[in-house]
Amino acid sequence: MIKDQEFLKDIASFCIENSKKLGATDVGVKVIHSVSENVSFRNKKLDESNRADSFAVNLTTYIEKKKSSINSSDLSKSNLEKLIERCIDATKITPSDENNSLPDKDLMSKEIRDLNLYDETHYPNDKKIEFLKNVEETASTDEKIVNTEAGFTENKNNFILANSNGFLGGYKTSNFSSSCVAVSRINGAMERDYEFGSTRFLEDMMEPEEIGKIAADKAIKKLGPKKIKSEKIGVIFDKRISKGILSTLASAISASAIARGTSFLKDQINSEVFPNSINIIDDPKIEKGLGSQNFDSEGVETNSLKLVENGILKNYLIDTYYGKKLNLKSNGRSGGTTNLYFESGTLSFKDLLNSEKKFLYITETIGHGGNIITGDYSVGASGFMVEDGELTYPVSEITIAGNFKEMFKNITLANDLEMKYSTNAPTLLINQMTVAGK
Amino acid sequence: MSNFFKETDIDTSQAEAIVTETLKNCDDGELYLENHKSESIVLDDNKIKSSTYNSDQGYGFRAVTGEVVAYSHSNDISKESLRKSSENLKDTLKSKKGTYNHEIPKTNSKYYENINPIESKTFDSKIDLLNSVNNYLRSKGSIVNQVTANFLGEHKSIEIIRSDNQVLKDDRPLVRFNVSVVLEKDGKKETGVYGVGGRQSYDDYLKDGSWKDVCDEAFRIANVNLESKPAPAGEMKVVLGPGWPAILIHEAIGHGLEGDFNRKKTSAFHNLMGQQVASEGVTIVDDGTLHQRRGSLTIDDEGTPTENTVLIENGILKNYMQDRLNARLMGTKSTGSGRRESYKHVVLPRMRNTMMLSGKYSQDEMISSVDKGIFAVSFGGGQVDITSGKFVFNCTEAYEINNGKIGSSIKGATLIGDGPSILKEVSLVGNDMKLDPGIGTCGKAGQGVPVGVAQPSILINKMTVGGTKL
Repeated sequence: MIKDQEFLKDIASFCIENSKKLGATDVGVKVIHSVSENVSFRNKKLDESNRADSFAVNLTTYIEKKKSSINSSDLSKSNLEKLIERCIDATKITPSDENNSLPDKDLMSKEIRDLNLYDETHYPNDKKIEFLKNVEETASTDEKIVNTEAGFTENKNNFILANSNGFLGGYKTSNFSSSCVAVSRINGAMERDYEFGSTRFLEDMMEPEEIGKIAADKAIKKLGPKKIKSEKIGVIFDKRISKGILSTLASAISASAIARGTSFLKDQINSEVFPNSINIIDDPKIEKGLGSQNFDSEGVETNSLKLVENGILKNYLIDTYYGKKLNLKSNGRSGGTTNLYFESGTLSFKDLLNSEKKFLYITETIGHGGNIITGDYSVGASGFMVEDGELTYPVSEITIAGNFKEMFKNITLANDLEMKYSTNAPTLLINQMTVAGK
Repeated sequence: MSNFFKETDIDTSQAEAIVTETLKNCDDGELYLENHKSESIVLDDNKIKSSTYNSDQGYGFRAVTGEVVAYSHSNDISKESLRKSSENLKDTLKSKKGTYNHEIPKTNSKYYENINPIESKTFDSKIDLLNSVNNYLRSKGSIVNQVTANFLGEHKSIEIIRSDNQVLKDDRPLVRFNVSVVLEKDGKKETGVYGVGGRQSYDDYLKDGSWKDVCDEAFRIANVNLESKPAPAGEMKVVLGPGWPAILIHEAIGHGLEGDFNRKKTSAFHNLMGQQVASEGVTIVDDGTLHQRRGSLTIDDEGTPTENTVLIENGILKNYMQDRLNARLMGTKSTGSGRRESYKHVVLPRMRNTMMLSGKYSQDEMISSVDKGIFAVSFGGGQVDITSGKFVFNCTEAYEINNGKIGSSIKGATLIGDGPSILKEVSLVGNDMKLDPGIGTCGKAGQGVPVGVAQPSILINKMTVGGTKL
């Protein structure tokens, strides 16, 4: 099914050799093969089955400090020869940039550790179908649920990354994911919610009944929402969305945003950005981790980094190009973060809900209202009112707004961190945000 | 035009035979072949940051019976690969029987020329223009902190082979030119973004120094935002400017009128056909036939010729947008709205150029009628929850309105509303309908497709503005 390392290595070497023959001084190449099988159900009936078999070659050629790239899905040598020629031609006439280069040799990954990222188990489509039937059976038990959709995807991936400095590495990864979307209805008005699980190994997948039940329960709880008055209030972010705060941090501390001067956290290294109780870690070497990797997208060794220690910003996310601009060495973050998480807080979820008389608890945001340059934040939201520690009624058609700089300083974490995604955060509270409603 | 079977071990008639044999017990389906060339050249931080050329080719083989879609795609156009896909499709649909539906209308219309924009402008002249953009903007003073400019060009050839040797073809050019500028003044930084594009060559959009207009507009927006105050929070009147703000229509109404969500009854509009969903005077169409527009298509990705579909006429809901599958299941016909991002994706009913048509009021009349509200001129993106109908979009240029007069500019804020009720809150429709500049991409189910929007100025009685100032 999935092509082996030798097949991919052969193409990578072909690209490097041919590029050098045509005048490239340096070459980087990635060859990828992935096979994906997806089955989806709707209202307990088969809806779609999809099989994907995809190849990709990403090639970058350098002539001294000039650089150009090509991508192709056609691995035939006659096609690659043509494209390599085109790439070299473009490289020759692209203006040079002193920061263009392959990574420093001594930073390259030396050995590939088995991080348990590949499960060779094939889950045949009839098993997927059985799984999805169970998901939907559980999701549709309550009569308020009027529509269910469920999907199961199995993905197998293999790649080789190589460059003309002699680096060559790659490995197989797998991913199984399953989701359920439930639509509930009361008095003609509908709400939608979901649940999903994603794992490297099939055996770690959530039970289908659990996925269905969570999606349905959440959709039913959202029925009959109210719009609330505009006010300043503490906002609690559900675990499904609290990780978004970390994604914002990651964008703002990427070397590109720092070097270009387009981050609200520019010049904040070694400054207090979060309350001193907060630690943020990016660890690429977690066994079975969804964001785990041996090396980054340039082949640079990646190790665990404390991005924020006791509230102080300690590291940027650095690749080779922007590292050179900033006079810093790559820390293996070309391609971004790996397994990024807040260390869990001390308050239990219940204590957090009880820490004030009234909160807004947000379970979903919509829109792309974060501005990395200014730190301004404004998004559509829905969730629940919390009064005396209890979720009292659903809320929708409101916005929450603030500025990340102040929001970061007003975070309190609960102690319920789970490693469910590649970026993970516990439930968190941000004091004093502006809610716009009626 | 690409010959997909050149340099393969299979020819057109053998492929046609596999298609006919695979689909004989199905209701619909096709072999969709695609050759896609694209380029991206980016100038950033005074340098050519990247130049990338992409070449992608593959097929998507689809079999449809009842409500079930079986799909298999691959880069490998070969006898073995197609046979494997065929087996896969037959296996999925083995217990189902259908009758093949052959009907695809013919068209002689063409809404764009078969040019390859990547090759019709030299690489050197693209680099030169990007450098000119950088120099031109930076010459506006030390206030200019960062300049990014890029060319995105593509040429897509598609071929659709249907059962019984029906073959449909289209060649689609598409370009986009974007400029983004960051200004810094007194420690405050703001961005301005502007772009142009459509289904012509780059030079059609950039000739005679018109690239400077793109730069000036990006600069103007950033400059306005440097002076911006915190946006208000709460419900108020909103005047939307003409053109690009029509992404409100796209999010609030458009998605909810796509056939799939209505067939599945998950759209907030699914039981409103024939009913009043907007104020009288509001007419909204989705038009795939505008010449050279970003959202236009000669035929859709199932081969159906596109059309100008009336969605809402004088406030009454008239039609949904349909692909073949949803049209068949809802007992109607395709509106030429079946689209896919690439051969890797299944067809979904999608928007093309979604437009609210002109009414009779002037923008001045609208603004002078507002005691307290905002005037929104430009937007970033938007998003909608189809089921609850709630939608948002982000202002990138907006002003306060006080006592009928435009006041100071306000910071970017999200506006939120309810799709099925928002159009009833439209109290005045302007006489100044404008098309957007040709930069929109719509995302649905992980697939991005180029779209257009248009509208005149409109006055909305009540919307929630998501600022920070209470």
